[in-house]
Amino acid sequence: MSLDREQVRKIAHLARLHITGQEADAYAETLSRILGLIEQMNAVDTAGVAPMAHPNEAGLRLRDDTVTEPDQREKFQKIAPAVEAGLYLVPKVIE
Amino acid sequence: MFEKTVTELSRALARKETSSVELTRALLERINKYKDLNAFITVDPERSLAQARAADARIARGEGAALTGVPIAQKDIFCADGWLTTCGSKILSNFVAPYDATVIDKFNQAGAVCLGKTNMDEFAMGSSNETSYYGAVKNPWGTGRVPGGSSGGSAAAVAARLAPAATGTDTGGSIRQPAALTGLTGLKPSYGRVSRYGMIAFASSLDQGGPMCRTAEDCALLLNTMAGFDPRDSTSVDEPVPDYTKSLHDDIQGLRIGLPKEYFSEGLSPEVAQVVQAAIGEYKKLGAQIVEVSLPNSKLAIPCYYVLAPAEASSNLSRFDGARYGYRASDYTDLLDMYCKTRAEGFGAEVKRRIMIGTYALSAGYYDAYYLKAQQLRRLIAQDFERAFQSCDVIMGPTSPTTAFKIGEKSDDPVAMYLSDIYTISVNLAGLPGMSIPAGFAPDGLPVGLQLVGRYFNEARLLNVAHRYQQATDWHKRMPKGFE
Repeated sequence: MSLDREQVRKIAHLARLHITGQEADAYAETLSRILGLIEQMNAVDTAGVAPMAHPNEAGLRLRDDTVTEPDQREKFQKIAPAVEAGLYLVPKVIE
Repeated sequence: MFEKTVTELSRALARKETSSVELTRALLERINKYKDLNAFITVDPERSLAQARAADARIARGEGAALTGVPIAQKDIFCADGWLTTCGSKILSNFVAPYDATVIDKFNQAGAVCLGKTNMDEFAMGSSNETSYYGAVKNPWGTGRVPGGSSGGSAAAVAARLAPAATGTDTGGSIRQPAALTGLTGLKPSYGRVSRYGMIAFASSLDQGGPMCRTAEDCALLLNTMAGFDPRDSTSVDEPVPDYTKSLHDDIQGLRIGLPKEYFSEGLSPEVAQVVQAAIGEYKKLGAQIVEVSLPNSKLAIPCYYVLAPAEASSNLSRFDGARYGYRASDYTDLLDMYCKTRAEGFGAEVKRRIMIGTYALSAGYYDAYYLKAQQLRRLIAQDFERAFQSCDVIMGPTSPTTAFKIGEKSDDPVAMYLSDIYTISVNLAGLPGMSIPAGFAPDGLPVGLQLVGRYFNEARLLNVAHRYQQATDWHKRMPKGFE
C-alpha cells in the first residue's frame, strides 16, 4: 500500500496537522515505507483470533461517586496560553 | 561518591557518612561538568538542594527510609509539580507541570531528591534519543554514538555517573534498549505494576515506567518505591508489592532458561551474539538449565507494534492543541488553523509520522485491515510467551541486535530505526516484565545487554536472576573512560 500526496493531505487534516505540498510528498514516501513494513502482518492468517486490546483484560474498576480532587482552576489556568475571567481563550468559533 | 550505587549511598546516608546536600551538590557539579552529553533538559539546583536539606533533616530525626536523600534523575516524561516537563517536545517546551505524577509523588514521599529532568526522544518515540527537540544525547561509551532511546538521557546520566539511578519508561524497549547500549541494568515492570498517572501518555496499553540503575539490587530498591496500586490509573493492578530486595539472593540452581531460537537468527550482530552466549554460559555455571523455546510470531511484533502504538498515540496526542497549556502558534486565522499550525510547529517529524500512521490505521475503511489485525497478532504473540513459559522459568536473549550505533546513522530511515527494538517490543505487547543487564563488551569496547523476560508480575524472580549473575560477574561495574 503506498500513499499519494492527496491521501497524506487528508490524513494530515484528520490529525489536525498543517502540511505544505512539499512536506506531503516527503511524508507520502516515508509513510508508504512504514506501511510496507506493517503489511508484513498479512502473512499470518488471524481468522477467528480474538483481538487483544490490552495486557490486563480484567476490565475496568468502578469507584465510589465521591469528590476526590480539589478545585485547582487557577493553578491550572496559569499555564494556559490565553485565559480571561476563568475561561480559555481561542479564536472566535461562532460568527 | 559518584561511583557508588544507590544501595551504598543509602547506607552511607543512614550512617551519616555523607549528607544528601553534599551528595546532591557534587552530582550537580558533575552534571554541569559533563553537560556536553546533553543528558538533562532541566536542572534546578535550588529545588534539588531544598529537597536534599529536607532529606538530611528527616534522616537526623531518625525517620529516613531507604531512598531518603538519594538523588535520582527523572525522565522528562513524568510530571513533577513546579518543574518544566517537556517530554522532549517543543509543544511542551513551556509546560511547568501543575501536579506530580504518582511515581514522582512516591519518590517525594520516600525522601528521594529529584536531580533534574532527563532528555528523551520526543514523546518517547524513538530508539536513539535523536528525535528530542532538545537535541541528541551522547553515549558516554563513545560520544559519537547514540545512548539508545527513548530514555537516552537517563541512560547517559547513570552510565556517566551523573546520577546513581534514573527513571525511564518503556513502550517498546525504551528502558531496556538504552540500558543495553550504555551498560546499565534496566527493568520494565509488568503492565499495571507501576502507575501511569502523570506519566505523559504515548501508547497507553504498552507504556510502563521503571528503574534504570547500575545493579539489579538498586533496581529492586527503586521498584519497591515505584510499584503499587494507584486508584488514579485505571489500568493499575491491585496486587501487593513484595520487598524486591528480599529475594535477590535466592538460589537459581535448576533455573530453566528458555532461549527463543528466533532471537538468535538473522539480523543479530555476531559480536552481540557471542557476548550473549558467553553470559548464558555463565548462567550454566551457576546451575541453570538451558531449554530451547520458540516464539514463532516474534517477527510480526514490529509491524503489529507500528499499528497499535501509533494508533494509541494519535489519540493520546490529540490533547495537544494549544488551547489549555503548552506551545501555541503565533500566527493563525481561525480555531482549526490554530490547532493545525500549533501541532505542525510543535511536533517533530517522527511524532508527526506516527500520528499520521495511527490516524490512517484508525480511519474509516482501514480499521479492520490494520488495527483489528494488529490486535489479533498481539494475541498470538502473547500466546507464544504463554506456551514458552510452560517449559522455562525465564526467557533470555539479546536486548538489542547491535551495540550503540552512530549518531545520524539511522535518523533518516525510520524503518531501520524501528528494527532496533526487534527483541524488546513483543514483551510490551504481551505486558510481561523484562530486564536488560550488562553482559560484556563487543570488540569495539561498546557494552552489550542481555535481556531477561519473566512471567507476568514476576519481577522478583527477574531481579533475583539478574542479581545472581551480577554477584558472579563485574560487567556492571565497568566505567566508561573519561568519566572516572
